[in-house]
Amino acid sequence: MTELHGESIIRLCGLGKEFKGAQGAVRALTDINLEIIKGEIFGIIGLSGAGKSTLVRCMNFLETPTEGEVYYDGRPLSEMSPGELRRTRQSMGMIFQQFNLLEQRNVLRNVCFPMEIAGTPKAEARERARGLLKLVGLLEKEAAYPVQLSGGQKQRVAIARAMATNPKVILCDEATSALDPNTTKSILELLKEINQRMGITIVIITHEMSVIEAICDRVAIIGDSRIAEIGQVSRIFAGPKSKIGRQLILGDAAKQVEFGDGRLFRITFDGLASSEPVISNVILACKVPVNIMYAATRDIKGKAAGQMIIELPDNEADISRVLHYLDRAKVPCEEVGKNEL
Amino acid sequence: MSFKMMPLFFEELGNTLTMTFVSSFLAYIIGIPLGILLVVWARDGIRPMPRAQEALGMIINLIRSLPFLILLIAIQSFTRTLVGTTVGTRAIIVPLTLASAPYIARIVESSLKEVDAGIIEAAKAMGASTWQIIWKVLLPEARPSLLINAAIAVTTILGYSAMAGFVGAGGLGAVAINYGYYRNQNAVMWTAIIFLVVVVQIIQSVGMWLVKKTDRRVR
Ligand SMILES: Nc1ncnc2c1ncn2[C@@H]1O[C@H](COP(=O)(O)OP(=O)(O)O)[C@@H](O)[C@H]1O
Ligand SMILES: [Mg+2]
Repeated sequence: MTELHGESIIRLCGLGKEFKGAQGAVRALTDINLEIIKGEIFGIIGLSGAGKSTLVRCMNFLETPTEGEVYYDGRPLSEMSPGELRRTRQSMGMIFQQFNLLEQRNVLRNVCFPMEIAGTPKAEARERARGLLKLVGLLEKEAAYPVQLSGGQKQRVAIARAMATNPKVILCDEATSALDPNTTKSILELLKEINQRMGITIVIITHEMSVIEAICDRVAIIGDSRIAEIGQVSRIFAGPKSKIGRQLILGDAAKQVEFGDGRLFRITFDGLASSEPVISNVILACKVPVNIMYAATRDIKGKAAGQMIIELPDNEADISRVLHYLDRAKVPCEEVGKNEL
Repeated sequence: MSFKMMPLFFEELGNTLTMTFVSSFLAYIIGIPLGILLVVWARDGIRPMPRAQEALGMIINLIRSLPFLILLIAIQSFTRTLVGTTVGTRAIIVPLTLASAPYIARIVESSLKEVDAGIIEAAKAMGASTWQIIWKVLLPEARPSLLINAAIAVTTILGYSAMAGFVGAGGLGAVAINYGYYRNQNAVMWTAIIFLVVVVQIIQSVGMWLVKKTDRRVR
């Protein structure tokens, strides 16, 4: 992977996990190799049951892997004593889909909880907790109990709590999956702000592409217990190579990727900024698979010039969406007959 | 029945309350740690020791399945060495405690099991030790359920203490039995029973009031 820069904070090597249940063994993870770089927002996406939660739980050894190793800041977790492991966990925050706040504690005492565990003096803990509640915008709720909060507010408390022990990493397992779209957006913005302002590395597990799109730098797509592909979000989105990747990114459109009787269109580039990934934007915005039949474009001083023939599935709705999108992007496009080529 | 008997009722009420609360207290002292072990050692517990857990569970079931009166007679020599006698209020506390402790262990287990696994998981992820999870998560989060069950347990133990009237314990149960059953003084029997009913009602109400006052899940 040439795109990696910087030191890794979490490294998984040949990681595997098999659950031994009453009805035989269940394979949750197979040969996972990945590196999470300090300061990045790393996404892990996959369908339900793919093994995402197991993967993130291996990162702090809530789940002990059956094969391979997890390195945290260069140190193998499997070699740590129980005490060392607990101290290591204190430098990793975690937030959950169901928030998991202590229901019998008020907001302030929830945020103090990890500091109590770590043995922080009470007065100091309270002061820090108030600072964190201010950061997440809930200082006025410090005396409220979780039952009195909305989902979004609960997740904000959980984020403040996850940050209480000054972690280097925050692990998020479906942190926005129980929230409505607007609340999801505000929680993602908060996570991004935390990442940028404090340099805290964030690992996000989700089944929603929009979450990855919104804040992740890199993404690993996991399907069937394995990593199907991994890389910069922009790159993966522009051209998912794996079947599961196409399915997740293109949605249902991926199912009809047979272009047997697709229709052809000619796109002319005349001076559009070449840095603009027109085709991948079309794919993302219209959720339509695009087959590039022919391309002759040149980069002239940062401007793209030339033409491209693309094939679109023979579906009136899909085609009109693409044409409308290109029209708005001021990219000329016309249909061409198959025998005109 | 004359009003001259009233002091007797109040004296025996005192005995009933002593037997009930002292036995309950001691049974909780034994039952809480056992209940915690049942949860913590369970296969999906925070310190799984399934074999030990099953063994403990079996011992608990064994004691629970012994009829109270059989247990009471079976441990008479133990009771005598402990309190010097086998009759009276003090003596009945021993079998009462022993019979109640496994029951308390089971209801404590069931209360602790109600605590959301996600909350325990969150505490683990924060690096909490087993002790910290027990003290700071399991017990406080289970508090409302522990209190509800305590009200039920104490009233049940009160019922046992009344039964113990048959075998020489004091208390309102003994009054009901001695005057009502043996001497056919129905009025005395019913008065004792009414006292018992009122005490049960009060314990239950106080329990519920405490739960309502301290459970943070109700707005
Ligand atoms: N404790 C467990 N015991 C047995 N099987 C499990 C356990 N946890 C997860 N699994 C199985 O492992 C697979 C991956 O689960 P999970 O990591 O929760 O997936 P995801 O989070 O992607 O939905 C599933 O098939 C699930 O049934
Ligand atoms: Mg999951």
